[in-house]
Amino acid sequence: MTNLEKYVKAFAEALEVPENEVPALKYGESSQWDSVGHMTLIAALEDAFGIMVDMDDIIDLSSFEKGKEILRKYDVEI
Amino acid sequence: MMWRFDRFGDAVALKDEAGQTLTYAQLEREGAALSAAAGGRCLAFCLCRNTLGSVLGYTAFVQGGIVPALLNAGIDAQLFEELYRAYRPAYLWAPEDYAHEGCECVYERLGYRLLKTPWGAQTRLYPELALLLTTSGSTGSPKFVRQSYQNIRANTNSIVEYLELTAQERAITTLPMNYTYGLSILTTHLDVGATVLLTEKGIAQRDFWDFFRREEATSFGGVPYTYEMLDRMRFTRMQLPSLRTMTQAGGKLLPQLHTRFAEWCRDTGRHFVVMYGQCEATARMAYLPWEKSLEKAGAMGVAIPGGRFELIGTQGETISEPYVTGELRYYGENVTLGYAACAGDLEKGDERGGVLDTGDMAQMDEDGYFTIVGRKKRFLKMYGNRVNLDEAERLLKAAFPAVECACAGRDDHLMIFATDEQALPEMRVWLSEKTGLNLSGFHIQYLAEIPKNESGKTLYRELEKYHV
Repeated sequence: MTNLEKYVKAFAEALEVPENEVPALKYGESSQWDSVGHMTLIAALEDAFGIMVDMDDIIDLSSFEKGKEILRKYDVEI
Repeated sequence: MMWRFDRFGDAVALKDEAGQTLTYAQLEREGAALSAAAGGRCLAFCLCRNTLGSVLGYTAFVQGGIVPALLNAGIDAQLFEELYRAYRPAYLWAPEDYAHEGCECVYERLGYRLLKTPWGAQTRLYPELALLLTTSGSTGSPKFVRQSYQNIRANTNSIVEYLELTAQERAITTLPMNYTYGLSILTTHLDVGATVLLTEKGIAQRDFWDFFRREEATSFGGVPYTYEMLDRMRFTRMQLPSLRTMTQAGGKLLPQLHTRFAEWCRDTGRHFVVMYGQCEATARMAYLPWEKSLEKAGAMGVAIPGGRFELIGTQGETISEPYVTGELRYYGENVTLGYAACAGDLEKGDERGGVLDTGDMAQMDEDGYFTIVGRKKRFLKMYGNRVNLDEAERLLKAAFPAVECACAGRDDHLMIFATDEQALPEMRVWLSEKTGLNLSGFHIQYLAEIPKNESGKTLYRELEKYHV
């Protein structure tokens, strides 16, 4: 699986949305991506890439696109 | 009159993320205008958000003798209709983008509109009735808790006293204002002339923390899930010099987390206050003084000023020895009038007489501190919201009549058991939507049959192996 596939899968599973809807996702705009969903998502990304996301990055990860940028800091290229 | 806003004049009562403020003088003036627009005493449904307009509605109505029923603006539309038809409110106080058939806008302020319903002021109200709240996370039944002016006054006085609230406080919102704990933070801070920082953003969002730092928030409250999130986020590494107090309620915090936050607060000169309450007791019944937060970690404390507890044994006797489990009974002026299930119930007077059987099982230690050890009734706390398992089960059975099912679980982890494997995922989504709670807390388990005893009662104990 490529990093992009892993990344999409983590979103789709954590927030329970079909993979084709994942790229448009933003915090607060889907019913599942609230504070509870956010922590599920962070855990899924941490598991998928074997990383530990810092608090500053946790609170910045507000969209599918933004998340790619953040993961780059952890040497994950998507 | 509930609050004396005139004492605080130009002090800022409310401030939102956009920097918009309402001073106490403005809150009083605006409130008088709004309640005048509504006319005399009547019932109003408020669709709440953490915004200036929403808070204005709450204070204006309570000050003006209009009885608000506080509902989340995101309430399930079907549930709203049931409540609307069951209680026949004279008005809706709703965000400006909200519309309801048959309602006409008669007043508008701060992004909110007063909508006059066709019902008129026909619902009769008990003179002492001040406020209606749903029991946290109500699963679809049109039930309200009836709170009196004296209930709110008594609970406010107790909370202000034990938290030592002053006009210097700047509390930031982390909970919805229609939720009893969130509302009590608002009510008490407005009582002492403090500032409440209103935001709809959550602790997982940068905007929240930017607002927190910019406005130098001094306190916030959280349910157990809030503290679990803060812990996962390694919150204690954050630089928040203005923060002085953190309170916790809405369910029992894991003892190790209680200890961790109490230690951090001790080491950084802050106060961590664990509390206990229910909507049926207006908001708070007990608190653990911050000085004891470490020594008594895991306990929820002692009764608030003006209240007291008793532990009741299985034979109805009062338990006085330490470390014996009994049902927790509370006495105090903040014990609410009772429930309402329909408009007719709003005429009812005080049905509890200051006594509340909490439904929680507790123990007392040798120093008189109480610890919750279990529950008598079948309900869970989901992210701080109470979910009645029997009610959830009834709802599911009504919506999926062909499926046999049962609900059980632990806090933040509700399990649906059913005999139809195909229907389970759909049932899970349905219940999450109905309760407005995040799907991650709902789990499913297929069973060939639901374990039952000879008289057909579900044997919940046999389901425990799936969730304990």
